[in-house]
Amino acid sequence: MKNVFSLAVISGILNTMMGLATPFLYAALGETIAQTSGVVNLGVDGVMLLSGFAAFYVALSTGSLWLGLLAAALVGLLLGLLMSFVSVTLKAEQGVSGIGLYMFGLGMSSLLLKILVGTVKTVQGFAPVPIPVLANIPFIGPILFRNSIPVYGAFLLVPVVWWMLEKTTLGLKIKSVGQNPAAADSLGISVDGIRYLSVCMGAVLAGVAGASLSISVLNLFQDNLTAGQGFIAVALVYFGGWSPIGVLGGALLFSVVNSFQLWVQVLGVKIPASVAIMLPYILTIAALTVTVNRMRQPAALNKPFERGES
Amino acid sequence: MTTRSTTSPGGKRRASAVDWSRIALNVFLPVLGVVLALVLGAVMLLILKANPLAAYASLVNGAVGSQFGLTQTLVKATPLLLVGLGICIAFRANVINIGGEGQIIAGALMSTWFPLFFHSWPGWLLIPATMIVGFLAGAFWGFIPGILKARLNVNEILSTIMLNAIALQLMNLLLQGPLMDPAGVAARTFLAQSAQLPQQVWLPRLVPRTLLHAGAIVAVGLAIVVYVFLWRTTIGYDIRAVGLNPDAARYSGINVPTFQALSLTLAGGFAGLAGVVEVIGVQHRLMEGLTSGYGFTGIVAALLGSLHPIGLIPASILFGGLLVGADKMQRAVQVPSSLVMAILGLVVLFVSGSALWSRRWAARRRIGEQRDQESGA
Repeated sequence: MKNVFSLAVISGILNTMMGLATPFLYAALGETIAQTSGVVNLGVDGVMLLSGFAAFYVALSTGSLWLGLLAAALVGLLLGLLMSFVSVTLKAEQGVSGIGLYMFGLGMSSLLLKILVGTVKTVQGFAPVPIPVLANIPFIGPILFRNSIPVYGAFLLVPVVWWMLEKTTLGLKIKSVGQNPAAADSLGISVDGIRYLSVCMGAVLAGVAGASLSISVLNLFQDNLTAGQGFIAVALVYFGGWSPIGVLGGALLFSVVNSFQLWVQVLGVKIPASVAIMLPYILTIAALTVTVNRMRQPAALNKPFERGES
Repeated sequence: MTTRSTTSPGGKRRASAVDWSRIALNVFLPVLGVVLALVLGAVMLLILKANPLAAYASLVNGAVGSQFGLTQTLVKATPLLLVGLGICIAFRANVINIGGEGQIIAGALMSTWFPLFFHSWPGWLLIPATMIVGFLAGAFWGFIPGILKARLNVNEILSTIMLNAIALQLMNLLLQGPLMDPAGVAARTFLAQSAQLPQQVWLPRLVPRTLLHAGAIVAVGLAIVVYVFLWRTTIGYDIRAVGLNPDAARYSGINVPTFQALSLTLAGGFAGLAGVVEVIGVQHRLMEGLTSGYGFTGIVAALLGSLHPIGLIPASILFGGLLVGADKMQRAVQVPSSLVMAILGLVVLFVSGSALWSRRWAARRRIGEQRDQESGA
C-alpha cells in the first residue's frame, strides 16, 4: 500500500497511460472529424475490431508490422465506405446503422480469427523507440519519450487534426456541412462528398486505433479485443466538445484512471477487480453530464441531408 | 412534409382501415434484408473455403429439425421478444436503447435475490412478485439514462453502453460475493454462480423434457399489451407523437423529455423481464454469460419487426432460430457461430438503409392521396 504513490509508480502509471490513450486518441480524433461533418459513426468499435484483426493477421503471416498497419487502414476505409453509403446515401438512422456496423465487425473478426488463426497467438509488436537526449530527462523522459511509433503518432495527430479542422479550406467545408448542410449545398459544396470523406477519414483512423491495440499495445488478438473501447472513444468526442484538444484531455483523463486501476491491481491493493474495472465507465457517464461544451455540437449532427427538405 | 401527417400519428382517418400495402412493404423490405445478408454470408464462407450450403443446412436443421431444436428456438425467442418490446417503445419515442444487456442483468440480479430471500412464499405469489421486482430493476436501469437525457441532455446511446459495462461488473462482484452459491463456497469450488432458486418459483414447462417454459406465453401476451398501449392509450399516443415529430409534439404541449425518459424506463423494464425469464424459466440460478447478447439481438429483432409489437413475434422466432442453429452449425460443420453475429450486423445495416425507400414510398403515396382528394372535391 505504502508504495502506491512513490515516484516510480507514478511514472509507471503515466507511462501506461500513454499506451492506453493511444487507441482512444486515434479512434476519437477520427470520430471528431466524422461528427464535425454531421455524421455519427457508432460503429467505431466494430471497425477497430475488424481492422485490429487485419493488422494482427497480416503482421503474423508476413512478419511486417507496417503491412499490418496498412491492412488495418484499408479495412477501415472499406468499412468507412460501407458506413457512409448506408448513413449518407441511404440516409439511415445513424445510431442504428452504427450498431449494425459494430455487430458486423464483432462477428466478422471473431469468425476470421477462428477460421484463419485458430489458437491463441501473439505477435512481436512495435517496440519502444527512445528519442535521443529527450528520453534521458528524469521522470518526464521515460513517460513521454520512450514509446512506440504508434503512440507518438497518436499524440502528434492531435495538432494535425486541429490544424486541418481549424485552418484549412477542407476543415471549413467539413464544419459547414455539419452546421448547415443546406447553406453549404447552395454554395456548391458537395454535402455528401464531404461527409463520405469525413466518415472515411474517421474510419481509417479507427482502423489504425484497432491496429494500435493488436500490434502495438496488447500484441495479440482475441474475441471482442476492444471490449467496447470504440464506444468510449465516441463518448470522448462528446466529452471533448468536438475539439481535438478536448478529446486529448478526455483520453488522458480516462486512460490515467484506467492505468491507475491496472497498477492498483498489480500492486495487490485489496479492492475487488470488478469495482476497479467499473471505475472508468462511471467516470465516462459523469463526464458526459458535463455540459460545458454542449454549445459546440454540430447543428446537423445525426441528421441526414436531403435537398429541399426542412 | 405536411403538418397534418406529422402531428397526428396514425391519424383518425386511417386508423380504422387496415393499410395492407404498407404492411406488405414493412414485411418485404426486412425479409429482403435478411435474404441479402444470408447471401453475403454465403459469399464470405465461400471465400473462407467453407461450404455455405452445408453450413446453412445444419443451421436450419438445428433450429427447426427436431422437437428439441424447435422448442429451443422458442426458448431463445422469448427474451428476444421481451427485449424487443422495450426497444419498440423506445424507438417509437425516438430514443435508441442500447442498454438491453445491462437491463437484462439488473432484472436477473433482482429475480435471483428476491426468491432466495423470500423462499418461504408460495409459488402463486412468488412468481408474479419476482417478475414485478425484476421488471422494476430493469426499469430502474433504464430510468438512469432516461433521466440523464431528460435533465442533462446526456446522449442515451452512450450512457446505456456504459451502464451495460457497469451492470456486468456489478453482477461479477455480487456473484463472487454475497450471491455466490453457499454450496460452492463449502465445496471450495467458488464457481461464479448463485444458489439454485426454490422450486416453486420455477416457471412451468410447456413441453416435457424441453426447456420451453411459460415465459413464452407471458411474452406473447405482453406483445399484445404493448400494442394496445402504444396504439390505444393516450400515453402511447404521446410517445409515438414524440417520436414522429418532437417539435410538433412540443408545440402541442407534450413534455418531450419526460416521455423519452418514460419510454427508456419502460424499455428497461421489459429487458429486465427478459432477465427474469432466463433466470426463473431456464437456468433456475444466476450464472455468468446470462445475457448471451440478447440486448443487441433484440434490437435487430425489433427493427426487423418494423418496430411493431406484433411484427416482433415472428422476427424474434426467426432470430431465436438463427441463434439455436448457429450453435448446431458450429458443432456439425465447424463454421463458427460468430458468423450469425456478422449476418445480424448486415441485416441491421440493410434494414436501416432500406428505410429511405419506405419513407419515399410513403411520401409519394401522400402526394397521390392529396391529388385524389383535390380532384374529387
